[in-house]
Amino acid sequence: MAELEAFRAEAAEWLDANAPQAIRSLRLHAELGGNWGGRHPLWEAPEMETWLRVCADKGWTAPTWPGEYGGGDLSNAEAKVLEQERKRLQLPEPLTGFGLSMIGPTLLRFGSEAQKQEHLPKIVRGEIRWCQGYSEPEAGSDLASLQARAERDGDDFLINGTKVWTSYGDLSDWIFALVRTNSAVKKQAGISFILIDMETPGVSVRPIKLISGKSPFCEAHFENVRVPLANVLGEIDGGWTVAKALLGHERSMIADVFGAGGGARGRRATLAEQAREVLGGTPGEPLPDALLRDRIAQNEMDMKAFHLTLQRSRDAAKAGQQPGSESSIFKVWATEANQRRTELAMQIAGPQALGWEGAGFDEAELDCTRAWLRARGNSIEGGTSEVQLNIIAKHVLGLPD
Amino acid sequence: MQLVLSEDQELLAKTVADFAAEHSPLARFRALRDDADPIGFSKALWREMAELGWVGIPIPEAHGGAELGLAELCVVLEPLGRCLAPEPFLSTVLLGAAALVRGGTEQQQAAWLPRVAAGEAFLALAHQEPRSRYDLQRIETRAERDGDGWRISGEKIQVLDGIVADALIVAARTSGDAADAAGITLFLVPADAGGLEVERQHRVDERGAALVTLAGVAVDAAAIVGAEGQGARLLQGVVDAATVGLCAEMLGSMQECFDRTLAYLKAREQFGVPIGSFQALKHRAAEIYIQIELARSCVMAAARAVDAGDDEAPRLVSLTKARCSDAAILVTNEGVQMHGGIGMTDEHDIGFFLKRARAAAQTFGDADFHRARWAGLGGY
Repeated sequence: MAELEAFRAEAAEWLDANAPQAIRSLRLHAELGGNWGGRHPLWEAPEMETWLRVCADKGWTAPTWPGEYGGGDLSNAEAKVLEQERKRLQLPEPLTGFGLSMIGPTLLRFGSEAQKQEHLPKIVRGEIRWCQGYSEPEAGSDLASLQARAERDGDDFLINGTKVWTSYGDLSDWIFALVRTNSAVKKQAGISFILIDMETPGVSVRPIKLISGKSPFCEAHFENVRVPLANVLGEIDGGWTVAKALLGHERSMIADVFGAGGGARGRRATLAEQAREVLGGTPGEPLPDALLRDRIAQNEMDMKAFHLTLQRSRDAAKAGQQPGSESSIFKVWATEANQRRTELAMQIAGPQALGWEGAGFDEAELDCTRAWLRARGNSIEGGTSEVQLNIIAKHVLGLPD
Repeated sequence: MQLVLSEDQELLAKTVADFAAEHSPLARFRALRDDADPIGFSKALWREMAELGWVGIPIPEAHGGAELGLAELCVVLEPLGRCLAPEPFLSTVLLGAAALVRGGTEQQQAAWLPRVAAGEAFLALAHQEPRSRYDLQRIETRAERDGDGWRISGEKIQVLDGIVADALIVAARTSGDAADAAGITLFLVPADAGGLEVERQHRVDERGAALVTLAGVAVDAAAIVGAEGQGARLLQGVVDAATVGLCAEMLGSMQECFDRTLAYLKAREQFGVPIGSFQALKHRAAEIYIQIELARSCVMAAARAVDAGDDEAPRLVSLTKARCSDAAILVTNEGVQMHGGIGMTDEHDIGFFLKRARAAAQTFGDADFHRARWAGLGGY
């Protein structure tokens, strides 16, 4: 404990000494949402680049990764302390993105030494931005039926096919994708997990607009894209195992985002605060609308129960217990609670929730509308709620097929 | 606050589960009902539980208890909830003894707590009235000064295990009007006091309950538990903690109901396949699982917050009761539905869980009540 407290002091001192003044309490732009790095980086403020560089030099963009790949070699407990101190000092994350959260941990687990040496340091330094190529137009919930194919041509694969829902595909440098390398076997057994440089000839990307008006999603096309065999992560035809492990990361990440109540975008008004503003009444006294009051309480309590379950799961892990099956509920519950929250926010705002843009609607009202529409996707992306319930029924409850 | 069981707590849970399986199968509960047992539970089994130290968990060591927390008590109550054990933990320990631990005089504690811990004496809390619904402050029973003492008159309903109680803790109004917070006083009234009538009530869940009529019951000044006129706070604290205990019991019974239902889904065949292979039922089973897991986290958090005297405790209590009430009703409704026709028969045990769940959901405030309380405590 004493060592951890010593580390806390050390971390706080370092952060305070190295963080540029301009980034403290920086309100992150909703579109960018922090440092995503890459070959063509976008900076919220020029000092964000400095911030990334000093943190990367220290290994603190990926604090728990091994030092040999550029990481910080910190224990989980130390990384948590570092995170706490960063938040306390109101400093933005030095780097975010799917390199750190998704492909990095997967490379650490499944990558060859050469793959780790090639990719991890560039992720740590924010030099390469990654995106994910899983879903296809004809392979959504039934992901294993994917058809993008990779055919051997000497020491390379030639890749042809289409990936959809590729978040930030238009801004990313590399994609980790699932491709079919064998059609003669059970569908799960013929898939490989492959790493592709998006600058390779034959790759093209088109953004997808959502019902909320815009989105980070893209469609990526591959036409005779030549990728070395050495870019396969794990075994050839063994990609399903890698993909499932990564999906676990993705789902816990999605749950974390909703668990944290909206991430780095700054504190938003609670439903109760929003309702008080719209409905009036005496502060501290019950809201004038008893039905809305009940629904707000229900939603807050849903979120609180979710947080406590997240905490229970983490406390059990810290106490060295086997991961419990309770984590299977996070994705479905957190996303659906978030949907109920955004619908309730619409309901509270009333007619003012109906704006799309322009005069007569303020920024918060327009955000509320867009957030409601965007949230409809929460129970679809990263495994639909129905798929999550199937997983619980089969793997946790043992119900028969 | 760590939401994880310690090794000692794990061991305790296992011991209680083994004990419950051996001594308290559901058949025992059924037999107590079928035989119209006058008190509805087993005093012999209660003494065994006392000898194992469970009854004295929240009682100070100085008075023969183990001086442990609500977290430990919940560990005991969950497996007892699984088998619907009717023994009077809620009435005697969580309500009666707790009121004395929190507010009793040294003399009251010394007179009662060692005997409670030994499984020899029973207590009950008489707070609910015909018009109070879930409002703890709506008390019409009055205590009037009479010389150095008091005379209490009024009517109390559904006093849990009131029929066996050796003494009742009665909430009465010593000043103010029916809904005022101030002016409520708790009195310790021996069951043999003149003018006190206790009549057995039969509830849908078979839990022992009594109608209590007080017709000018005379008590002396030393009968006051806590401070005169200040009983509302004490009562709220006692009921809050007891609510968490009840929730732990509910968690056990909903888990058991679900386990039985799952087993049935796997075993029962229709159209030539197990009914559990139908997606319509699978998804509903998964939803139930989610609700139980959420309820479990809340019970653990609320018990620890109450033990720590955390400011957030009252809100966590309401969170927990609302969740457990809704979950228990969902799980047991679905339990009966998924069992089909057999689930509607008295011969099948699944209906016991439905009845217990409904009664527990509507004890100490239902889900609506606790959502309103959550909102109120949150300033809206």
